[in-house]
Amino acid sequence: MRVVFRNARLIDPEAGEVRDGALLVEDGAIAALGDAEPAGAEIVDCGGLCLAPGIVDIGVKVSEPGERHKESFRSAGAAAARGGVTTMVTRPDTEPAIDTPETLEFVRRRANEAAPVRVMPMAALTKGRAGREMVEIGFLQDAGAVAFTDCDRVVENTKVFSRALTYARSLGALVIGHPQEPGLSAGAAATSGKFASLKGLPAVSPMAERLGLDRDLGLVEMTGAAYHADQVTTARGLERLARAKAAGLDVTAGISIHHLTLNEFDVGDYRTFFKVKPPLRSETDRVAAVEAVATGLIDVISSMHTPQSEEEKRRPFEEAASGAVALETLLPAALRLHHAGAVDLPGLFRALALNPARRLGLPNGRLAAGAPADLVLFDPDAPFVLDRWALASKSKNTPFDGARMQGRVTGTWVGGKRVFG
Amino acid sequence: MALRGPHLLGIEPLAPGEITAILDLAETYVTLNRQPDKHGDALAGLTQINMFFEASTRTQASFEIAGKRLGADVMNMGVAASSVKKGETLIDTAMTLNAMHPDLLVVRHPHSGAVNLLAEKVTCSVLNAGDGRHEHPTQALLDALTIRRAKGRLHRLTVAICGDIAHSRVARSNILLLGRMESRVRLVGPPTLIPAGAAEWGVEVTDRMEEGLDGADVVMMLRLQKERMDGGFIPSEREYYHRFGLDAEKLALAKPDAIVMHPGPMNRGVEIDGTLADDINRSVIQDQVEMGVAVRMAAMDLLARARKARPREVMA
Repeated sequence: MRVVFRNARLIDPEAGEVRDGALLVEDGAIAALGDAEPAGAEIVDCGGLCLAPGIVDIGVKVSEPGERHKESFRSAGAAAARGGVTTMVTRPDTEPAIDTPETLEFVRRRANEAAPVRVMPMAALTKGRAGREMVEIGFLQDAGAVAFTDCDRVVENTKVFSRALTYARSLGALVIGHPQEPGLSAGAAATSGKFASLKGLPAVSPMAERLGLDRDLGLVEMTGAAYHADQVTTARGLERLARAKAAGLDVTAGISIHHLTLNEFDVGDYRTFFKVKPPLRSETDRVAAVEAVATGLIDVISSMHTPQSEEEKRRPFEEAASGAVALETLLPAALRLHHAGAVDLPGLFRALALNPARRLGLPNGRLAAGAPADLVLFDPDAPFVLDRWALASKSKNTPFDGARMQGRVTGTWVGGKRVFG
Repeated sequence: MALRGPHLLGIEPLAPGEITAILDLAETYVTLNRQPDKHGDALAGLTQINMFFEASTRTQASFEIAGKRLGADVMNMGVAASSVKKGETLIDTAMTLNAMHPDLLVVRHPHSGAVNLLAEKVTCSVLNAGDGRHEHPTQALLDALTIRRAKGRLHRLTVAICGDIAHSRVARSNILLLGRMESRVRLVGPPTLIPAGAAEWGVEVTDRMEEGLDGADVVMMLRLQKERMDGGFIPSEREYYHRFGLDAEKLALAKPDAIVMHPGPMNRGVEIDGTLADDINRSVIQDQVEMGVAVRMAAMDLLARARKARPREVMA
């Protein structure tokens, strides 16, 4: 089975370049780049649009098991396909948490049945995400867990966390932390400052992220573990991250698309669709984060896709649930950075596809012979107004409802098979 | 001048002219309230529901009296004892009440922004009677009326707001109102009780009473909101009183004719000396309570007029 993608603008994050050309896919993998068109091959005319490696999204919450009314593998998979996300790296913060090989097996089975894209499950780091005992890291790795994280719950007991890191290191397992000082950030719904104070919202200093990073990076230095910070969103945190990388620690960092494209003022009159974790930051911090993506200090951009029901969002801001759906809006929102001239297209796909795949030891995320043919075809300039009710996710809690966006996915392929478009 | 919006959710959306309009009308109600026959009919035939999701004696009584004096049918809903405890959401409670066609909904809620949320879902006029740490507009208006009557103006005054600014919606509404009327505001309190970023609100901030009270025309004391504190904002009440409690000695730093205000209820001996609070030559605390009724009558009257002037919304 051969497919030729002809007349494409190839976005190559590895080489850091954009070039016009064609790409040959054979048996689900990229076979060659070039203009060869073997006889009998299916032809996909890309019409001069951008062809890039499919997005590898670390930190997707699917809400299954436990809250299937919010999102299932089928609906999340459909949203991912439409958004150009070819690998969902799913979060274990479900009900119950994914903390045993048995629950992980359930996720894998459901995912294979229902989702048209690849699903790589993560497992919790501690049992029940309670921060007391580490999970069976070895068994879970064997069962297919690609990383270990308690998601937005910080393992408060430093001794427990240091042991988990030590144990994970011996197995070469990646630990994903949520850098936050839990005492300072308890109860917070916004980032402290003039705006949150005027609105009377309980708020956390951006310093809480730096303090959390300080602890985690200290433990990484002590244990030698491989560590990824799920979201580093403040200038202060980025400073600390840069020092850790310069010191040679095995450390990477991510950020959600929302922290790159929105700031604290977007909350406006208590708009709960803009309530995320950590809370949206100041414009100064947002600009620093965009800069860090451009330089590569921040390795990974993710959707932090978090479905929430209308009821849980239609509450007073302090009580409302956190999180936003973003599988479908990730690429168009990320293209805002491209249109603003802040990050070029190969740079974006380095953070959306290449780096996350590399960090998890996956062969995806590249436009190179031998890599899986996970591809997204998109028109970076096509304008549209987002209508949240048109999203494929079961939950419609996006902060971009009614927003003008530019950039549309026209086709998505997973292992050479068309899953959207 | 009428009010532009259908609700009174805060001082923030009000123009100076709207503030003045409320205060001017309130003056006539001060006069009415001092008559033996206190009845007006501005709200006759209208239904007013007081919905307090947070315990309140003073504000609720004030709104109730204000409504009754203007002829409204007033109903108090003690929400603490109602279906909210059975898990009903704020929106559902609001929609249920809305279906009974009230004209004025007076709402207090422990969470900032909750009253704004509710106002989006109902078709009647909503008055914010205090939401979390956000706003308490009628308190700021009654404070303004009290100040205007004592000082003859609202502009070019120096007002020191002292104490627990962080937890105070009264402070936020007063800062907005006094700023809008071109007075100078100073915030005085221990740094743990000054909200982050307050210095960017166009006010002066200090943690020394001597500095804050120096030359002030108005000294507004705030209640130490012990119920909103989860511990550790101040070392002790006695140290707080020593450094930030208002007594005659500290008041001597303000202008000789400076007035003393407090939104109540007071913690005597914590933020204010009891004798000073009762000193009729300096304290206008009782006047504030009186002005509260008049201001609430005026606000509800203006909202009702604005409602009559608008074509009725088609009910869904």
